[in-house]
Amino acid sequence: MTKKKETIINVSLIVALLVVLYVMEHTIPSTAMIFTVLKKGAIYALVAVSMNLLNGFTGLFSLGQAGFMLLGAYTYGILTIPAEQREFVYMYYDGGIIHFSVPVVVALVAAGIVAAAFAYLIGLPVLRLKSDYLAIATLGFAEIIRAIFQWDKLGPVTNGSNLLKSYPTFKSVLFPFIVSGICIAVIVMLINSTYGRAFKAIRDDEVAAEAMGINLAHHKRIAFVVSSFFAGISGALLAMYQTTIQASMFKSAMTYEILLIVVIGGIGSVTGSCLSSFLFIILSEWLLRFLDSDMYIGDFHVPLLRAGFRKVVFSVIIMIIVLFFRKGIMGTKEFSVRGIYNFFTRKKKAAKGGDSND
Amino acid sequence: MEWFSKNLPYLLAGVSVGGQYALIAIGYTMVYGILRLINFAHGDIFMVAGLMMVYLSASVPVYIAIPIVLVATVILGFLVERAAYKPLRQAPRMSIMISAIGVSYLLQNLALYITGGLSQQYPPIPWISDVVNVFGASTKRVTVITPFLTIILVIVLVALIKYTKIGMAMRAASKDFETSQLMGIKINSVISMTFIIGSFLAAVGSLLFFTNYTGVTPTVGAMPGLKAFVAAVFGGIGSIPGAVIGAFIIGICENIIKGMGWTTFSDAFTFALLIVILIFKPTGLFGEKATDKV
Repeated sequence: MTKKKETIINVSLIVALLVVLYVMEHTIPSTAMIFTVLKKGAIYALVAVSMNLLNGFTGLFSLGQAGFMLLGAYTYGILTIPAEQREFVYMYYDGGIIHFSVPVVVALVAAGIVAAAFAYLIGLPVLRLKSDYLAIATLGFAEIIRAIFQWDKLGPVTNGSNLLKSYPTFKSVLFPFIVSGICIAVIVMLINSTYGRAFKAIRDDEVAAEAMGINLAHHKRIAFVVSSFFAGISGALLAMYQTTIQASMFKSAMTYEILLIVVIGGIGSVTGSCLSSFLFIILSEWLLRFLDSDMYIGDFHVPLLRAGFRKVVFSVIIMIIVLFFRKGIMGTKEFSVRGIYNFFTRKKKAAKGGDSND
Repeated sequence: MEWFSKNLPYLLAGVSVGGQYALIAIGYTMVYGILRLINFAHGDIFMVAGLMMVYLSASVPVYIAIPIVLVATVILGFLVERAAYKPLRQAPRMSIMISAIGVSYLLQNLALYITGGLSQQYPPIPWISDVVNVFGASTKRVTVITPFLTIILVIVLVALIKYTKIGMAMRAASKDFETSQLMGIKINSVISMTFIIGSFLAAVGSLLFFTNYTGVTPTVGAMPGLKAFVAAVFGGIGSIPGAVIGAFIIGICENIIKGMGWTTFSDAFTFALLIVILIFKPTGLFGEKATDKV
């Protein structure tokens, strides 16, 4: 299969996906569960890939994702609330101190930039730390950010611990798909560039990578800043999806969820992260819903089923994956047209005596 | 002097909270010393101990409930280690840490399921819940006992580690995991013992902690857990006296910050302290210097 052919197939698949989504939107009522799943799945896919860039490809065990999402969400909300609504949203702070609003796209980019800027600053000291110390320091940073955004004195900007709302949101399911798609494409390009190869070298062996002339501090900082940039954008998307922002939403439990998505998908696989985030959302929001309500089979009252049971089952599944299927769905492999093509033509090649690659 | 009498309630609360953090921090520091694992589930074991007390005291008297809680928490800690950490002993360190996060997620969701998400009223424990007067500041007796109880337990623990056979095995395992195995130390029983001691102290800590705070929610363990971890890092991870001193410093600072009316920043302070410590003295106050081997 030639490279050109592969590109054509990939592009046509993406276009087909978008067309299917568009058609679905015009045929299925917009309250259907499938749209919730698709919207949230697309957003989580972006943040999972951004976390995978750090944890899977660069080997930096960072747990600050929720903090960067919070920065993105707040930046977006603060910048886009329409001027006439501000009086109402910032009712406890005399309408706040910002009296303008910017277009959605500008605000999305700004959300990423703010998160990236904070990542740069926090990265200066923190990235010198190794593995678990880095994890705790970034987790701590996320907690600090959360505390600061709820601070009363910053109320005129952040609205303190009150909700931010009335900012523009998206209705179409295409919007999160397109934004996440573009961002993930950029991350993939980064991973396939010389930078990406340097990241992988750092992950596999820091000392050896340094000996090969890779500037550790520089590359780690790039990975951290880029990952946070996209976490910021996904935070903004999440804010749009949920229509309100509150700092208490972005707890460390959120980071853990994203980390578990990355693990289920396979640490070091972009497509794995995308797949598993949709799977995660489908299971947790949709398919396992029945576990949360009472159920009768005939006259038999099924025991254990009540509010909260879904999450218990869910965490047991996660533990099983973590313990017994440590590679996740994809391991470090990627799902690609070429992979499928090779899978089907492998037999022929083997018969010819040529070796098959994945 | 005026400052002292004004801030005395905060100081007392700080010393008390510090003692409770210390009891949790020991669990972190011992496990990290041997397995090089941040046991993220430790804070949740502390929470489960609180919940068990709530449910047990509803059916049996307190003096029976307390020993049952202690034993059950120890069993829980032991089981968590056997089920979630032992199978991953040869795996990369990241996997075992993710497994710890998974256990924490599981315990929190289990607690959420059992409690229905409502805050559970912690039962008053006779004698230690009584109100007493200290230098004119009225407080629960638990505030006064905590530091003394903590120090007694720590002395017992240090003696255990210094003078018993299992303590010697622990020290050997934390020095060099593989060599100690070659020397005939049963590494699995040493690790189990570490988890048993850690869980026991966490259970004692939860008795003291919740007597002061009264409400048990599924996520209540996360914050004290993280703070205790910071305390362990502050004191030099792997060092028990270090963890205790770190915990007291954090507890006192946090409550003084609350006293100054900066409640929002009391949590942030702990983590800021962590980042500062990690940058300027990554080995903590009493930690041993680690060298990188290629």
